[in-house]
Parts: sequence; structure tokens; C-alpha cells
Amino acid sequence: MRVEVDQPRCVASGQCVLMAPEVFDQDDDGIVELLTDRPFPDQYDGVRESAAVCPAAAIRLEE
Amino acid sequence: MTETLADTSAESPEYPAPRAAGCPFDPAPALRDLQADKPLSRVRIWDGTSPWLVTRHDHLRALLGDPRISADPGSPGYPHTTAAAKSNFRTRRSFITMDDPEHARLRRMVTAPFAIRRIEALRPSIQKIVDDRIDTMLAGSGPVDLVEEFALPVPSLVICELLGVPYEDHDFFQRNTKVLVRRTSTPEDVLAASDALTGYLDDLLSAKRVRPGDDLLSTLATERVDTGQLTRHEAARTGVLLLAAGHETTANMIALGTLALLHHPDQLALLRDTEDPGTVAGAVEELLRYLTIVHSGRRRAALADIEIDGQVIRAGDGVVFAGEVANRDPEAFPDPDRLDLTRDARRHVAFGYGVHQCLGQPLARVELQVVYGTLYRRIPTLALATDVDRLRFKHDGFVYGVHELPVTW
Ligand code: HEM
Ligand code: SF4
Repeated sequence: MRVEVDQPRCVASGQCVLMAPEVFDQDDDGIVELLTDRPFPDQYDGVRESAAVCPAAAIRLEE
Repeated sequence: MTETLADTSAESPEYPAPRAAGCPFDPAPALRDLQADKPLSRVRIWDGTSPWLVTRHDHLRALLGDPRISADPGSPGYPHTTAAAKSNFRTRRSFITMDDPEHARLRRMVTAPFAIRRIEALRPSIQKIVDDRIDTMLAGSGPVDLVEEFALPVPSLVICELLGVPYEDHDFFQRNTKVLVRRTSTPEDVLAASDALTGYLDDLLSAKRVRPGDDLLSTLATERVDTGQLTRHEAARTGVLLLAAGHETTANMIALGTLALLHHPDQLALLRDTEDPGTVAGAVEELLRYLTIVHSGRRRAALADIEIDGQVIRAGDGVVFAGEVANRDPEAFPDPDRLDLTRDARRHVAFGYGVHQCLGQPLARVELQVVYGTLYRRIPTLALATDVDRLRFKHDGFVYGVHELPVTW
């Protein structure tokens, strides 16, 4: 799996950080930052759920 | 064209529609019927216009996430909530009714303190506020009004600390916020309440400029207003939005959530008997979904023709989003009318969807986790001290809840 984030779209809802804290983080303004673009398989569920709930469609996955 | 519109509006159901007597937690039956039979249809609102009503979970997310859907009350076709809202939207705005890029510019100036790490750092002080309030209640004897003694003070104390608003002024800001969130308030009353709050925030911001503290209003004053990135009026309006949205919503979730749990003793027991933060966090999401307290319809207007599910929403059409119905969509949540604290409810839209999705959600989540994870454990015998039929529900509010909740233990 490959993950991409689109920071200009992010609205700092924080949901991805709650669902996949090993993959997503926030900068000082709460905007998403990637900790890794290649998550481990046990993180896939959290990443998929993050992409599904992200209100700004700022998370893209390639599986 | 005119004829079709007149035809549809004559037979369109009215919105908002009443909830069924005796089912205070369930959305209006007429709207549930629309979701089943005609999920994208026209409804009639107070001014006689007929915006679309969106009731399905997937439609709601697709449209609220679409940049061609505008939150600006000045957009043609925008379905105003009330005459009062219509009369004063031009001068009394905040970013909740603006479109990008203006919305994004203003929202980003206040996102920092709502980052997960910053909110998690507040958890101990939120826990202390909750414990102190419970101590005070337990030191007296029941019955007490849970709204007045607990549900309203807790989020008010928290947002005051975060913003740097003196809690001593709570009567003032709670009273004026109540006017803003009541659909039946007159335009004059809304105007007066709005101006009182804006003036109050403006004074506070001026004081912070001279003597800044470690809070959000000080940051706005010194880093945004003084640098010319924000006008004083913009800063004050942002402050009003954060102060109002920051206490009234969570307060209603606490009181209405407690009532719902007292109605479902098996679910209450689940929360009372768990030590697992994950279980409590899951319960919060389910209660947010089940209650969907922001129930008066998010209001938007289409800026361009939008095709969805075989229908076309035309540029200039109003669109209303019934989140409380979308959160009971059986396609998204199996057995949707069941309150099941163990279900995965994370895809709920109780905080809205799209770029306007709730800015305060990380804070609301932690507040509710602390409250639901503490209140019933510390007061295991908590019980309603009145007949449920005698409770007054906020049918006329933009935010749903109970006016009072007499409890005993
Ligand atoms: C459980 C409690 C809460 C619920 C159910 C809730 C719900 C919502 C909803 C549905 C929206 C979307 C409005 C729209 O799309 O038009 C929203 C927006 C907003 N909420 Fe909350 N909210 C809660 C707590 C809070 C708290 C604690 C704050 C703290 C300051 C807050 C601040 C905001 C702000 C600033 C917006 C506007 C965001 C924007 O337009 O970009 N909310 N909220
Ligand atoms: S879920 Fe989306 S909007 Fe929210 S912080 Fe993550 S990337 Fe940003």
C-alpha cells in the first residue's frame, strides 16, 4: 500500500491521527503529515478507515 | 419551469418535520419515509421555497464534499434557516458560512489548538473539571438539574480555558448563545445577542493585546490582528463562533446522551463497567451518531449543475442536509435505530462533512470520553428524577437536547 496526503486540502479534523497514529501526524497548525508512505499490513485497516472518513478527501491510497 | 416548481412545492413535505411523540431520540418519521422512498426530494421551508433535502449517508457525503456546493448565505437559492438568519447574515458572519478560499484562510488561523496532541494534553485538566463538578453534586443531595449543574458547566469551563474567556461571565455568554440557537428567536433578539457577544469578544481581544495570556484569543490578538492578517471584526466573529459552538453542542450531548443511556440500561452498564479507553471512545462515536444533535439541517446552495444518482441539482437550487436521518441510513449502519455502543460508528456525520466539518471535534471527543467514562462510574445509581413525558426537548433549537434533566442517585 502507498499513501499520499494533500496538505492544502486538509482541514485539520485530526481523524486520521486518531485512526492510524503510526502513519499520520499533524504539524503545528494541525495539518496532516505523513510519518510513512508505506504502512505495514497491520496498519492497512486504520489507513483505509482514515481515507474513508477524511472530510476533505485529502488522503489517497494505492493498493 | 415555474409550473413545475409550483407543483412540486405544493406536494412537498414540510421541513423541519416533527419527531414522533414518545420517540425523542428518533428523527422525524416523515423524513425517514423520504429516505426510503425518495432520498433526493424537494421539501418546503418556512419562506415557501423548496430546497432539496438530502437524507442518505452516501449522498450527504458526496454533496457536502463537493466544492460546487456553497455554504455562503449570499449564494442564489440558499435556504435560510429562519427569517432572523436571513436578515443579518451579511454583517454578522464567521467562517462557518463562508466558502474557500476565505473559509480556509480564517479556519487555518485557529486550527493549531485543536490538533490531537494539544487536545490530549488537556485531558487531565478536563478530567479534573469533571471530577470537581461531580464532587460538588455528590456533596449536596439530589435531585439536581444535570444540565445546570454539570452538562453546561463542564464544556463552558473547558472552552473558557482554551480561549481565555473568564468563566465568571458564563451567564452572559450562555444566555446569548441560547438566543442564537433557538429557531423561534425574533430577528431583533438574534441581532442583539449577536452584537452583545461580538462586542464582548472585541473587548476581550483588546485586553489580550495589552496583556496576553497563554490562550487562543491572545494568539489571535497578538499574532493575527496585530500583524494585519485579521481585522478586529473578523477576530471577534471567530471568537463568537468558537465560544458558542464550543459549549452549547457538547452540553447537549452530555445531557441527552445521559438520558439515552438511562433509557438503555444495558448500554449504560457497558460504559459503567469498562476501564478500556477504546470501548469508551467507541461509545462516544455511537452516541454522536445515534443522537445527531445538530439536527436542523446544514444549509447549502448549488453553484453549478450537479448530477447525482440520476438527478440533477441545478445551479441556484438550495440544498438542506438532514444529518440526523443520514446517520440512521440502514445502508451505512445496519439496524440503525439500535443504540449499540459496541458498533463501529466512526463513519457518522454528526460533525458534518466536507471542509466545514467540525473544527472542535477533537475537543468534543475528549470531553465526551472523560464525561461518559467518569459520570456513571462515580454515580452508579444515577436515575431520572422525573417522568420522561415531562421533559422539555429542544424541538425548536438548531441543536437538539433537553432543557433540563432532573436526576437523583
Ligand atoms: C459534540 C459536540 C459537537 C457537535 C455535535 C458539533 C457539530 C458540528 C457540525 C455538524 C458542524 C458543521 C456545520 C456545517 O457543516 O455547516 C460543526 C462545525 C463547527 N464546530 Fe462543532 N460540534 C461540536 C462541538 C464543537 C466544539 C467543542 C467546538 C469548539 C470550538 C466546535 C466548533 C465548531 C466550529 C468552529 C465549526 C465550523 C467549522 C467550519 O465551518 O469550518 N464544535 N460542528
Ligand atoms: S482526516 Fe483528512 S482533514 Fe482530517 S487531519 Fe487527516 S487529512 Fe486532514
